[in-house]
Amino acid sequence: MTITSQTGTTPSPTPARKPAKQKGGGFLRYLITRFLLIIPTVFILITVVFFLMRVTGDPITAAMGGRLTPDQLAIRIHEAGYDRPVFIQYIEYLGQVFSGNLGRTMSDNRAVTEVLVTYGAATLELAINAVIVALAVGIPLGLVAAKFRDRYPDAVLRILAILSYATPVFFAGLLLKLIFGVWLGWLPISGRADWQTELALTGLQNPSGIYWLDALRSGNMAALGDVTAHALLPALALGLLTGGVFLRLVRTNAIGTLGREYVEAGRSRGVSEFRLVTKHAYRPALIPIITVMGLQIAMLLGGAVLTETTFEWAGLGFKLAEYLTARDFVAVQGIVVVLAIIVAVTNFIVDILAALIDPRVRY
Amino acid sequence: MSIPSLASARKPWFARLPVVSHLRMSSGLQRGMLIAGLVLSVLFIVSALFAPLIAPFDFAQSSDMSGDFPRQSAPDDKFIWGTTVTGYDVFSRTMYGARTAIWVIIAAVLMSLFIGVLLGLISGYLGGWFDRIMVVLADAIYAFPSLLLAIVMSIVISQGQSSLWGGIMAAAISITVVFIPQYFRVVRAEVMRLKAEPFVESAQVIGSSPWRVMFTHLLRNATRTLPLIFTLNATEALLTLAGLGFLGFGIEPTAASEWGFDLNRAMSDATSGIWWTGLFPGLAIVLTVMGLTLVGESMNDLNDPRLRRFSRKKAQRITQAGVTR
Repeated sequence: MTITSQTGTTPSPTPARKPAKQKGGGFLRYLITRFLLIIPTVFILITVVFFLMRVTGDPITAAMGGRLTPDQLAIRIHEAGYDRPVFIQYIEYLGQVFSGNLGRTMSDNRAVTEVLVTYGAATLELAINAVIVALAVGIPLGLVAAKFRDRYPDAVLRILAILSYATPVFFAGLLLKLIFGVWLGWLPISGRADWQTELALTGLQNPSGIYWLDALRSGNMAALGDVTAHALLPALALGLLTGGVFLRLVRTNAIGTLGREYVEAGRSRGVSEFRLVTKHAYRPALIPIITVMGLQIAMLLGGAVLTETTFEWAGLGFKLAEYLTARDFVAVQGIVVVLAIIVAVTNFIVDILAALIDPRVRY
Repeated sequence: MSIPSLASARKPWFARLPVVSHLRMSSGLQRGMLIAGLVLSVLFIVSALFAPLIAPFDFAQSSDMSGDFPRQSAPDDKFIWGTTVTGYDVFSRTMYGARTAIWVIIAAVLMSLFIGVLLGLISGYLGGWFDRIMVVLADAIYAFPSLLLAIVMSIVISQGQSSLWGGIMAAAISITVVFIPQYFRVVRAEVMRLKAEPFVESAQVIGSSPWRVMFTHLLRNATRTLPLIFTLNATEALLTLAGLGFLGFGIEPTAASEWGFDLNRAMSDATSGIWWTGLFPGLAIVLTVMGLTLVGESMNDLNDPRLRRFSRKKAQRITQAGVTR
């Protein structure tokens, strides 16, 4: 995903004009069409990932290759059914995926679905935190940049936005760790919580796995503080880098809306400049942001893999990196497929939201 | 690339080269950004080309005549950026890292450009079922997190680790797969638009074969915007390479030097306050990506007359020229 394509493809931020007597079936039809479009996307991704992973051989040889004799390997491969024709395996795999069975991991023999549920919550928490940081940073700064267009605050912010694109999240993480963790000693540098907190939170009745939510529910304030301290650096690293994208987006769209007649009309009525920026220009500039958010989710998940590895944050990305090192390709395949489904569903939800807000989006 | 106008036809050839013409067009902040980007990019290319001359040691050298290098030693006179946990010189590794990066960028961008443009041309011009399948496929791949796709591809190609050229090609092919949909989309959209133009129809009428129409009439018109995607994709390629390396899916440290992999090793150093092993390769990534991005962005802005800013003097000259003519 390139920078300019994000700002270039967004619909123009004019406020939506009320369509004259929208027909009842219009939106519903769009919803159904859009929903049906998920199916080929997910299907193609599952197929592509399956065949790519099988081209190189079976998962058992990959994981156990050096440790077992060829005879033992052959027995294991036969037991698992990897010696049958690839096409039959593929049909079987499809059946399994649709019945919610993603197989068992090679390295630690757990159900892949169980791994997904256990570690998915951590990734969700990280993603939410990062989006909060990104919005809190990106929107106000984007408005400032639009207001002072082509003057020095804008120039500084543009450079910052490029910097945030140019910095890999693991390098930002390394710097944050060094500064706030090692030199200043203010914040913990890895993990999601201290072991005492971890013990207290996992001992709860049906924990959600999202630590700050669990800490809030149990009213454990010490745990909440600990969890927040641990969450701060990863959220900053991933959030600041994503925030740069939001900044550019808000800037471009707010420049568009600031130049429109209704803003000028507001100014002539004596509406303050501050109010013009934060109310008049801001609202319509939000619509394209929602659309781009969907694309950002895909980027955020990619970033989450790197962020989690950097901060040893025990989420899906962290586990994915572990399974990759262990050459556990059943687990890798499962996680990748589920992430693909998440991305496809998010894009669907975002498109629907965009259509609800701006009727012109509908086909 | 250059803005077609009567005046530009009379300028000497070097003034019409893409970057030079942009530089002449620019002014003020825009010129500053373009120049800063060019300086950083040139720095990157120079360290890639002359790495063996600049670097005092080899990238996988941990001893010399006077004995083994110290491990994790802070920057001093001999090791100006310090040494790593295995005793490699950080400065030398950072310089050689530019070499790996540039190979991957060139290979990835060339391959994706070639395949993506070809598919886009055929798909857009011929249409039909081929077009439909390609579009669905491209959309599916485009929606997928690019790093995950690159991981899957690098498993397929090299089962993870590999030698210098194997590693470079694995990284490049992984990145190529991610980029093809982007080139494909841009070229296909342009071809769809151009297909209805009169010059294409007249070529068809006089009996040109589809291949001739595609490669002589459409190709040059449809690829005007590509240099911009090129710079942006070069940065994306670099960041994906670093991400792969960081996850341990890069090139073995003794086969080539790679910034992302060095940063991976530096993570544990950071815990004990050792900053030099991570800071320098990290800065190398940031500055290179920034340089290429600044060049791409400035060229993008300068190509769009609405975004181009003139200095006051130049604006005056243009107005006066308009008055006297």
